[in-house]
Amino acid sequence: MPFHFENKPSLIAYVMCGDPDLATTREVVLAAIDAGASVIELGVPFSDPLADGPVIQRASERALKHGTSLQNVLTLASEIREHSQSVGLVIFSYLNPILRMGLAKFCQVARLAGVDGTLITDLPVEEAAEYLCEARKNDLATIFLAAPTSTDQRLKLIAQVSSGFIYAISRTGVTGERQQMTGDAQSLVKRIRRFTQGPVAVGFGISTPAQFATVGKFAEAAVVGSAIVHIIEQNPGREAASVAEFVGQLLAVGSSLSGETKFARKTKS
Amino acid sequence: MATAVARKTITTRSSKKHAPDAVTAGRFGAYGGRYVPETLMAALEELEREYEKAKRDRKFQQRLDLLLTTYAGRPTPLFFARRLTAKLGGAKIYLKREDLLHTGAHKINNCLGQALLVERMGKHRVIAETGAGQHGVATATVCALLGFECVVYMGTEDMRRQELNVFRMRLLGAEVRGVSSGSCTLKDAINEAMRDWVTNVRTTHYLLGSVLGAHPYPTMVRDFHRVIGREARVQIRKAEGKLPTAIIACVGGGSNSIGIFYDFLKDTKVKLIGVEAGGRGLALGEHAARFRGGSPGVLQGTYSYVLQDAAGQIALTHSVSAGLDYPSIGPEHAMLKDTGRAEYVPASDAEALEATTLLARTEGIIPALESAHAVAEVIKRAPKMRKSDVVIVNISGRGDKDVGILRENLKLD
Repeated sequence: MPFHFENKPSLIAYVMCGDPDLATTREVVLAAIDAGASVIELGVPFSDPLADGPVIQRASERALKHGTSLQNVLTLASEIREHSQSVGLVIFSYLNPILRMGLAKFCQVARLAGVDGTLITDLPVEEAAEYLCEARKNDLATIFLAAPTSTDQRLKLIAQVSSGFIYAISRTGVTGERQQMTGDAQSLVKRIRRFTQGPVAVGFGISTPAQFATVGKFAEAAVVGSAIVHIIEQNPGREAASVAEFVGQLLAVGSSLSGETKFARKTKS
Repeated sequence: MATAVARKTITTRSSKKHAPDAVTAGRFGAYGGRYVPETLMAALEELEREYEKAKRDRKFQQRLDLLLTTYAGRPTPLFFARRLTAKLGGAKIYLKREDLLHTGAHKINNCLGQALLVERMGKHRVIAETGAGQHGVATATVCALLGFECVVYMGTEDMRRQELNVFRMRLLGAEVRGVSSGSCTLKDAINEAMRDWVTNVRTTHYLLGSVLGAHPYPTMVRDFHRVIGREARVQIRKAEGKLPTAIIACVGGGSNSIGIFYDFLKDTKVKLIGVEAGGRGLALGEHAARFRGGSPGVLQGTYSYVLQDAAGQIALTHSVSAGLDYPSIGPEHAMLKDTGRAEYVPASDAEALEATTLLARTEGIIPALESAHAVAEVIKRAPKMRKSDVVIVNISGRGDKDVGILRENLKLD
């Protein structure tokens, strides 16, 4: 599989492509990779981001102001791939821009660009037949969301059609930073494990090193999105450096924790 | 069942280029479906199950019928518009008077139906979106009637142009939350309602106000409005001894039109005509005529015609009437358009305003600006028809809410 989750947790970093412009997104992504991000989710801006909170909504608006398109995002992906062979690249989009390009064409272009997988926010498994077919033809991982409200029956379906990893939504709600993590995330991951041996990433609301470390106790990876997008928004002119610093902080706490857990296990045995 | 779906999902190959596979229920030809974030799927499944049960539950139907009769004011009259007919000099024109319903529009039919479902599901909080404010008022009304907490999302532009309805909702005890993203209209209100729903889905019902959104909404909302056509069919037969030549209704999301069309679908000689908002021009952003400028796509849960740009971004829309100002259209209408069973035409802002004045002065009825689009079409069409032809125009709502906007646009001194 294209995704390597070596840290506990590994970092999946989300950026909104074209916010504030594509050149900056490129710098931010390369800096995040250098700072240790395992996977990059390249967010495609959409006019009606109904699953997103205010931070990503604003980023989407900024990106659309100068016409960032899915095609632009795929070109950006190929540039990033030239710089890093090992990083996992995921296109994170709403369905309509992809439908407009055509599912078949999208999957072909994505593969040629060196993309490893795709996640479509508003495409549940029941509607995914053609997408799955095209993605498989092009060897793209199909990542689906699992929610705390998903029934076991649904989790089973999601596990059957997911490849790469499963994205567990930490709580009901839109994307965005939160002070507290609910118990929803851990119990959801536990339920998902009944249906898959594959890796699970937890996302939505993870914004601090402490939360990041907590996710490492029960999942392979943590997705950090709004917090990164927020840093980009607040640090005009030094976006890449600020994101690199933040990624460094997350991973420092993450690795010290995984060291602790190893140590704890050793003393126990 | 679920495993069968999964297996099919894995192996099905699609022959259609754009249309995603029809694996789920709730398809109208290629259109419809259920395109929402996973968090909402369980709630949609629950709603579908509950609705299917309620449909077969005689007590539920009796309770709904009683409320429709004693609370909402059904059946609504079918009125022969004698002076309008004479003025236009062609087909006989009848008006289906949904404007006489409690709260002033057809929207109450669906709100009562869904409110009874909310009660069955044991939820206590209801959210809704509103454009013109008619659905918001109807939602606030049924929530007051049944004692639910009610939050209505409304674009700030719509709050400005429909301020009387904002006050009415607040008077009825609802909280109105202004939405100032995008074009600050109906589409943006739906986005915000969906965000609320995705957050509070365990306790909250989303009382969607049109035949839009993910399955089961387009089917369920249509079923709650079918009563319009069912009544009209009986009434026109009684009045004329035959079925009408044509039925004309305005189409925003498409709930009043599908409601009056549905029981005539099998009567293939009856022409069904939907009227979209032609706005103030042909360019993208100047109108809401999805069948003139749109193409298939997914917006807010359903696959249908959408006004969008080359990159799949949803276009801004314009209409003088807030209720028609929306970039997509109910998926069943998309199917009726493709099969040719219904015809869809635009009427401009100016034509709708002119039609409002004409109906007011010939019949003493001030239609909602939405319904005025349907009147505008009958003004164009009736003179070209025979005197033996009969047309029904659905007056889906009354114009009281539009007085402010009418004053801005009509110089009557």
